[in-house]
Amino acid sequence: MKKRVVSMLLCVAMTAAMVAGCGSSSGDSSSDSGEDSGSSDVITVGFSQVGAESDWRTANTESMQETFTEENGYELIFDDAQQKQENQITAIRNFIQQEVDYILLAPVTESGWDTVLQEAYDADIPVIIVDRMVDVSNDDLYTTWIGTDSLLEGRKAAEWLNAYATAKGWDASELNIAHIQGTMGSTAQIGRTQGLEEGVEKYGWNLVAQQCGEFTQAKGQEVMESMLKQYDNINVVYCENDNEAFGAIDAIEAAGKTVGTDIANGEILVISFDTTNAGLTDTLAGKIVCDVECNPLHGPRAEELIKALEAGEEVEKLNYVDEEIFAYDDTVASVTATNSLEEEGDYAVTVITQEIIDGRAY
Amino acid sequence: MGNKNKTAMPKKKISATGFLLIITIALFVVMYAAGMVVFSDKGFAKPQMFFNLFVSNAGLLVIALGQTIVMITGGIDISVGSVTALVCMVSAFEMENMGMSAYVAVASALAIGLAYGVIQGFLVSYLEIQPFIVTLAGMFFGRGMTAVISTEMISIKNELFLAWANFKINLPIGSYSKRGKFIPAYIYPTVVIAILILIIIILVMKYSKFGRSVYAIGGNSQSALMMGLNVKKTKFKAYILDGFLAGLGGFLFCLNSCAGFVEQAKGLEMDAISSAVIGGTLLSGGVGVPFGTLFGVLIKGTIQSLITTQGTLSSWWVRIVLSALLCFFIILQAILGNIKKKK
Repeated sequence: MKKRVVSMLLCVAMTAAMVAGCGSSSGDSSSDSGEDSGSSDVITVGFSQVGAESDWRTANTESMQETFTEENGYELIFDDAQQKQENQITAIRNFIQQEVDYILLAPVTESGWDTVLQEAYDADIPVIIVDRMVDVSNDDLYTTWIGTDSLLEGRKAAEWLNAYATAKGWDASELNIAHIQGTMGSTAQIGRTQGLEEGVEKYGWNLVAQQCGEFTQAKGQEVMESMLKQYDNINVVYCENDNEAFGAIDAIEAAGKTVGTDIANGEILVISFDTTNAGLTDTLAGKIVCDVECNPLHGPRAEELIKALEAGEEVEKLNYVDEEIFAYDDTVASVTATNSLEEEGDYAVTVITQEIIDGRAY
Repeated sequence: MGNKNKTAMPKKKISATGFLLIITIALFVVMYAAGMVVFSDKGFAKPQMFFNLFVSNAGLLVIALGQTIVMITGGIDISVGSVTALVCMVSAFEMENMGMSAYVAVASALAIGLAYGVIQGFLVSYLEIQPFIVTLAGMFFGRGMTAVISTEMISIKNELFLAWANFKINLPIGSYSKRGKFIPAYIYPTVVIAILILIIIILVMKYSKFGRSVYAIGGNSQSALMMGLNVKKTKFKAYILDGFLAGLGGFLFCLNSCAGFVEQAKGLEMDAISSAVIGGTLLSGGVGVPFGTLFGVLIKGTIQSLITTQGTLSSWWVRIVLSALLCFFIILQAILGNIKKKK
């Protein structure tokens, strides 16, 4: 009996300790939020992010966190969904109850948002979709979308290739392109593939092989190996992301060939996307000749939209972030390409340097 | 003295259950009340915040109830997360790619759950294979089949299905928004179903012969056998019920997510197990109440909501706090178990 009393006391003490622990930690945060709610013009933004699965994603998160700071007059409520849609749904419901002024949603999946976005709509909270699109039965359920323009990225790469070939004096029919595609059906794959295919049609290049590399290094290497075995005339490789390019470069080098710009002497020219740190390092080394950016820094654009909405202005339904083109050399100074909204624009090509790589956020 | 204690044994067990249950409920109440006080300016005190615990976790509750029953028999079922993904995918595929009615989707969801229950139950009870291994195989199979059906996510647009998913049931209570507008609290039909299932399971476990047999075989299958209980049959039934609840819970989950996707409900089995343990179910079997599991689920939801509301803490803290709670409850159970043995 004595022992029982002792253990009971122990349990009570443990519970008390835990409760006290919870209480004190949440107590700290309440003093923070107390300060925030003191000034009434603070804009509260709830941001539900997919997770932290890649450098791109982390850069995307950091961009939002650096933009929506207390100094800039915002309170950011950030929730990492750990790749789970159900966590995002729960987080959005939570944001609604907190009566945040805006909800930023970078969805894990395109589908399954009808119910919870309807709840946000009913509560009059504008929802800004980030990066991936949502597939809902009624487009009014979200206010606007910010993301990258994959089609424009593809077109930029194709226009760059054309300009580069013209400058070097290569005939279009000499270009034998191997195309390593991304995960089929993904937004990036669809846009970048379309960009290349338009170029092939417009300029008459030879598209000798086209296969899916699933956006991974391993698969990129495997696909490149088999393509090299099948075709010995490949002189351009168009990879839909940097990881595929790394794999392709490994495969090319393993086959005893070299990557570079001198295709007349058997070198293979690599074009890639995403401009990750490692990708740009390869661009600096001349292994990737052209790398088209897929910009994760959505924070500033999101802030612009929120400011416009605060001022009661109408905003576009689709908003694309600015994206750059990086190249190994200065053969091509700029390209002209059309974006998804059918607007033609001139895009400068930046020659990559170590300073640029060091100065980038991702 | 010894004799007297022996006869008092069953009573002791009940009091241990009661004790664990009281701690769980108290913990939930304290946590929630603390949230209401600390985050009152962030809407934590609103009734809807409380109902959201049910709205977001209706599927998990039903699944965790099945898990509780299996755990009381001394078993475990780690396939439930995959079953959920499979149910969501099959439902989405049938409705979107094959143009079938939402009723067919419900029927196939329940059929998948039942099939899982029958097969896993047979292997565990009649062939006496370790439940962990059997359900591990079930887990791999479910996730694998989901990917075979489609690796791409399928968005459910079936009108009847969306009508079910979006059918708001407004409650007479509510709260005023910042702009002074009265917003009634609401729940979805999933919550009503989950609560009904909870009540049924509580009654079954408490008053039916099956329920009492489950406790008996979980406590000590040898003596249950000697008492003339059909241990194998009871286990078999427990797994069938668990499978059925996994299928139903999976469909409720689907009503919340409106999509079929390979990565869905990953780790849901662990949420179900931890909810049952926090709710006072012993991993060794024989002890546990469905009512406690409800609070296990609510505690998990509350931690999640507290951390999201706080807004700056990494959401991984949900897991860390849950692990601390699990540790706490396991230690508590061990202490109670020791007391029981010593007596």
